Amino acid sequence: MSMPFYVSPEQLMKDRADYARKGIARGRSVVVLQYDDGIAFATENASRALHKISEIYDRIGFAAVGKYNEFENLRVAGVRYADLRGYSYDREDVTARGLANAYAQTLGTSFTTESKPLEVEIVVAEVGRAAAGDQIYRLAYDGSVTDEHGYVVMGGQADRLGGLLAEQWRAGLTLPEVLALAVRTLGAAEDGGEPRAIPAAQLEVAVLDRTRPRRTFRRLAGALLEDLLDAD
Amino acid sequence: MEFLSSHAPQLLPGNRPASDVHAPHGTTILALAFEGGIVMAGDRRATMGSMIASREIEKVFPADEYSAVGIAGTAGLAVELVRLFQLELEHYEKIEGSLLSLDGKANRLATMIRGNLGMAMQGLAVVPLFGGFDLDRRIGRIFSYDVTGGRYEEHDHHAVGSGSVFARGSLKKLWRPGLDADAAVKVAVEALVDASDDDSATGGPDHTRGIWPVVATVTESGYLRVSDTDLAAVAETIEQERRRGHAGHRDSNGGAR
Repeated sequence: MSMPFYVSPEQLMKDRADYARKGIARGRSVVVLQYDDGIAFATENASRALHKISEIYDRIGFAAVGKYNEFENLRVAGVRYADLRGYSYDREDVTARGLANAYAQTLGTSFTTESKPLEVEIVVAEVGRAAAGDQIYRLAYDGSVTDEHGYVVMGGQADRLGGLLAEQWRAGLTLPEVLALAVRTLGAAEDGGEPRAIPAAQLEVAVLDRTRPRRTFRRLAGALLEDLLDAD
Repeated sequence: MEFLSSHAPQLLPGNRPASDVHAPHGTTILALAFEGGIVMAGDRRATMGSMIASREIEKVFPADEYSAVGIAGTAGLAVELVRLFQLELEHYEKIEGSLLSLDGKANRLATMIRGNLGMAMQGLAVVPLFGGFDLDRRIGRIFSYDVTGGRYEEHDHHAVGSGSVFARGSLKKLWRPGLDADAAVKVAVEALVDASDDDSATGGPDHTRGIWPVVATVTESGYLRVSDTDLAAVAETIEQERRRGHAGHRDSNGGAR
């Protein structure tokens, strides 16, 4: 009978992290950006049915990259968590912070105890009554949470695209401006050349619009999205 | 003790029929179809026996973007049932990424009413009226229910609750095909005024306190509650019309009918 090789915990964690990172890097990027009246989510996604961006609750949105079945499970769990909490207490008591904590627990536990870590990275964003109240949490495959301000990029080209946004994003952009920036960033060429033009039909875009009553999440598609992209 | 339990069980503590429970009751809800949608309206009164428990309760709610539900019966249970129903529709929409069909929503509500049958047998019945805009057929549709969860599609108009008999009579005379939204709102308010005229448990428009019925339209563009300013104007018109009508009938002794 052969003895299993000893693998140090450091090595084990590193291997898992590499595995998860590789899975995540394969997918297309998602950008999440604050604008004057809310938070915008955008990604390149040809499918009309398999969403990477979705509504969790009145003021909370969800965006993910990585393996579809894994983040879809997390999304459904998030909707259940939020609906149950809002029904037992009040709609006001459902917060992105609470949800991010719950996700961090799930991701962290599965990273350390399961044989394979979840190959996902997610953003949970909550739109406040004013821009100062906006919250954006980014959750990594190992359950670590970062509180982000202004913008987030996840997925394949995260570092490179994040650099572009750092140069161009500023507080108080309008929706057409921020969408134009998002599309420019998603289509940016690797060698710094002319950005690829992404047609509206290939985009999945949604916003948490603080001016709307109750459910603030709204998908932007079709003619409405084209108008917004042309406006800038 | 044994003798009591076999001969007069209602005299034992804990064995009294729960129909003795005094809880606020919501009263009249009505709905009618018009060209391109439905109107649903409910008065603002809740009663507990002969006492008015509330004069500003709301009994008509948006179930989701394209449907409305109005509730007659035990107010506490009814409001909870509506919250749960709203939650179910929203939850389904978020999980599945699409809206339930109007028939699907109506069936779901029937199941929930049937689940309350035990309470209904003890006198705590909840009877809803459900209506909405059918996005497939592009028409407004109305559904009524009984306490056992029976679901019946109604045509043109319907009313439930204590004042429903009078409201139905009124709707029968006032409703006509091809009404537009404004005319339908007026018919709804007028039917509620008629119900409150003859049913003590139904509240009419309260000019003194400025409390108006809850009236909402559901059309292609979704659920829209009619504003209090508009309702005040409609209620005022109806009152003026009726005052003129009665003035014509007044006899020489000054007595009014």
